[in-house]
Amino acid sequence: MSAYIAKRLLAAIPVLFGLTIIVFLIMAMIPGDPATAILGSYATPENVEKLNRDLGLDKPLFQQYFIWLTNLFHGDLGRSYTLNRPVLDEVLERFSATLILAGTALVLCSVLGLVAGVVSAVRQFSWVDKTITLVVLIGISVPSFWLGLLLILVFAVDLGWFPASGMYAIYGGGGPLDLLHHLFLPALTLAVVATGVIARLTRTAMLEVLRQDYIRTARAKGVTENRVIYRHAFKAALVTVIPVIGIQAGFVLGGAVYIETVFQWPGIGSMLVKAISTRDLLLVQGGVLVVAAAYVLFNLAADVLQTVLDPRLR
Amino acid sequence: MAEANTATGNPPRPVNRSSGRPDNLRLLLNNKLATAGLAIFALIVLTALAAPLLPLPDPDVTAPADRLFRPLSEGHLLGTDALGRDILSRLIWGTRVSLAVGISATLIAAFFGSLIGLVAGYAGGRVDTFLMRGIDMVMAFPYILLALAIVAVLGPGLLNALYAIAVVNIPFFARNIRGIALGLSRREFVDAARLSGESNAQILFIEVLPNVLPVIIITMSTTVGWMILETAGLSFLGLGAQPPQADLGSMLGDGRKILFTAPHVSIIPGLMIFALVMSINLLGDGVRDVLDPRLKSGALTRPLARTAVIRDIAPGDIEPSPGAVLDVRGLKTEFRFGGEVFKAVGGVDMRVGRGECLGIVGESGSGKTVAAMSIMGLVPTPPGRIAGGVALLEGEDLFAVSDERIRQLRGSAVSHVFQDPLSTLHPLFTVGDQLIEAIQSHRSMPKSRATERAVELLNLVRIPNPAERLKSYPHELSGGMRQRVCIAMALADDARIIIADEPTTALDVTVQAQVLALLDKLRRERDVGILFITHDFGVVSAICDRVAVMYAGQFVETGATGEILKSPAHPYTAKLIDCVPVLGQPERRLDAIEGRPPVVNNLPIGCAFAERCPRAQDDCRAAPIPLTEFGQGRAVRCIHPILMEAGHG
Repeated sequence: MSAYIAKRLLAAIPVLFGLTIIVFLIMAMIPGDPATAILGSYATPENVEKLNRDLGLDKPLFQQYFIWLTNLFHGDLGRSYTLNRPVLDEVLERFSATLILAGTALVLCSVLGLVAGVVSAVRQFSWVDKTITLVVLIGISVPSFWLGLLLILVFAVDLGWFPASGMYAIYGGGGPLDLLHHLFLPALTLAVVATGVIARLTRTAMLEVLRQDYIRTARAKGVTENRVIYRHAFKAALVTVIPVIGIQAGFVLGGAVYIETVFQWPGIGSMLVKAISTRDLLLVQGGVLVVAAAYVLFNLAADVLQTVLDPRLR
Repeated sequence: MAEANTATGNPPRPVNRSSGRPDNLRLLLNNKLATAGLAIFALIVLTALAAPLLPLPDPDVTAPADRLFRPLSEGHLLGTDALGRDILSRLIWGTRVSLAVGISATLIAAFFGSLIGLVAGYAGGRVDTFLMRGIDMVMAFPYILLALAIVAVLGPGLLNALYAIAVVNIPFFARNIRGIALGLSRREFVDAARLSGESNAQILFIEVLPNVLPVIIITMSTTVGWMILETAGLSFLGLGAQPPQADLGSMLGDGRKILFTAPHVSIIPGLMIFALVMSINLLGDGVRDVLDPRLKSGALTRPLARTAVIRDIAPGDIEPSPGAVLDVRGLKTEFRFGGEVFKAVGGVDMRVGRGECLGIVGESGSGKTVAAMSIMGLVPTPPGRIAGGVALLEGEDLFAVSDERIRQLRGSAVSHVFQDPLSTLHPLFTVGDQLIEAIQSHRSMPKSRATERAVELLNLVRIPNPAERLKSYPHELSGGMRQRVCIAMALADDARIIIADEPTTALDVTVQAQVLALLDKLRRERDVGILFITHDFGVVSAICDRVAVMYAGQFVETGATGEILKSPAHPYTAKLIDCVPVLGQPERRLDAIEGRPPVVNNLPIGCAFAERCPRAQDDCRAAPIPLTEFGQGRAVRCIHPILMEAGHG
């Protein structure tokens, strides 16, 4: 098993390299003079020339890539010109906030999605099933940024149960309870779509598994129906759902862009939106790279988890 | 199993290009949710298209004096925004923009994605590897993030947002279409086209494309809502539509700034996005169900823990036959699909005594498995149901007892051994887990004691190294070993009857003989009755005391194995026996029986075998044929049986 995990880790390395190539190429594709684009149109010619030299933009593309990659390995992602601080510092600080939000949302959508899917399958065609199916359909169709606004209006403005924005209270905040209080609405909003997707898939997977021969065997040997469903069928269904949870990690990390904007969460998503509108492209590059790398690792974790559950994959 | 239930996993058929369209629309309209989706979507599209004709105020004319009117204000049905612009008018014009952008993005993604998928799937080899690696790379990015990166490069703007969303959706099309194209490019009609000298491009667009079209449409219908949502999202973030141009997303984004003072300005456009996307998703699900029924979620029904019993008349007290442990009388099992009733088992009597082995022989589809699985309620409901008869286990009517009682009896008094031990053992649990579970389901004992018992059982079925084997997963064992494990599981408690459903069919011939010998030995040593289902008279002769030949849901001949083998009376029995190869007689005809068994939803009045029977006469088809006695302990359902003097062989 550990050999397998090591193999998967090694296999993730080329993917990470591929990411750096794509991110690099995207920035290389910027129309016009990159230095001007990075520094903005009010930059002095001296600064543009200096940046061109610093970035090695006078060299061939593949050489530029290796220079950039070497810098990356030294933790140098350049300097954000709008914030006047190293990109890496800003990105890591922001990313920790995103990880808290997205991680919570991922746990929420996995738990809610699995539970809803299993209940829906077990009570197939009952009103519970129909209600869940409808709610799921609404969940995957609703614009999360709009849902976030509605939740703010109801739970923050009208009822006053939760704060409308931010990660900590400005005065006297800072503890884990304060964080949870601020986290609840954005994490829930962020989890909605993924919950729907996971619930749908879990329902189908459970129904598929419950028709398998080994379920009939379990019943034939006198195993109680609860055990058949929650042990035999659920474990088999989980194996097909886990990779999808891995993929949903990508949608949750991406969806954080909206939710962080709506709830003014100081994460990497709201940073990216601001960086794009101020054309702080080095900051965009660093942010995209870190989030994409995190997504690769989430998928890797899903892979490993699937292998732990399914001996046939070892 | 019902044959009608196993039609999954077929490869896509070449489409019939001329027909099917009106039919598909009718099917779509049968789906209430899809129809509702279609109606809402059509309404939205028509309103958006008609925007220039409607008596609407100019959406971009500002009127500072009229700012932030609430909905239902005079002259402004949905109120006005922060610049005093009419929200209804902006909503309709904005919907136009959102629809145009979303649909354009879908078309672009569908075009390029399908092209990549078609080429990759058709060319295969290096081209395929190269293209799909590229697609994998793109998919390694979180979806929205990649779109953001593209917008970052191109700069904010509606057209750029459109391109970004189209690009990130290309992989979905490429992957789906590549899979289908790959399968199609290996098919005969593509080979035929190639041989007839068509160029690759011709084959790809004339032969392959029409067959992948349904997949392209399904992918479009399931992604278009998503693309509308995402372009609206980019506009919401201020990265899409730029003022004064407005789509639904940018209206929502503008409204957010005054959320607390005038919530209607942001709520209304959001509601519109939601209605639009929801209607498209409803419609998309419907389209998918029509074009690819295998994906339809409703087609999967969860089988209940036990077969439903719906007997017309409750049977009175029935005295069990003396000496019978299991005594089944008049068993009828049906499958219901829509309005059709398939009578899989149409009145069957089975008796098994202690240590006795009754064989049930028939072709696949004859109903033998359904008859055997009905006894302990293992026929899936829906669609199966027991429609009549009784099954007495030591005097207790199995069709009348509680679910919990059935559970207790399953695996203790009556156990099962199934056909393919790879699919019948749970792939994710060790052999030990599964054996111990079988033991503990009937006797509460500590795990250590159950483990000891599991080792004993594996010893009993002659598995070497039993303590080690307990830690193995089913896929790590050979077919013969797996079936021994299944037999061990059947002996987990004090079984009096073992129902063995083709237990040797999936095994090699030498392993078959070993498993048969093991079953035979166990029934003699432990006095267990066996109900043995098979299609193979060779296997019957090796183990069964008595045999019942089944055809179209009924027994056509019953009697002692030796007698029937020596002189079959029913022509069907004779044919089945002819199918068994005999060592040293290579000249023996090994032909399968011509024709097919009748479909059990439309059985003939007379003999069901008449259509395939060389001896059939007019009277065979006239009226039902009863099972009549035919010598000592034998019965045959035939009015022109093969008589002794006709001989056989």
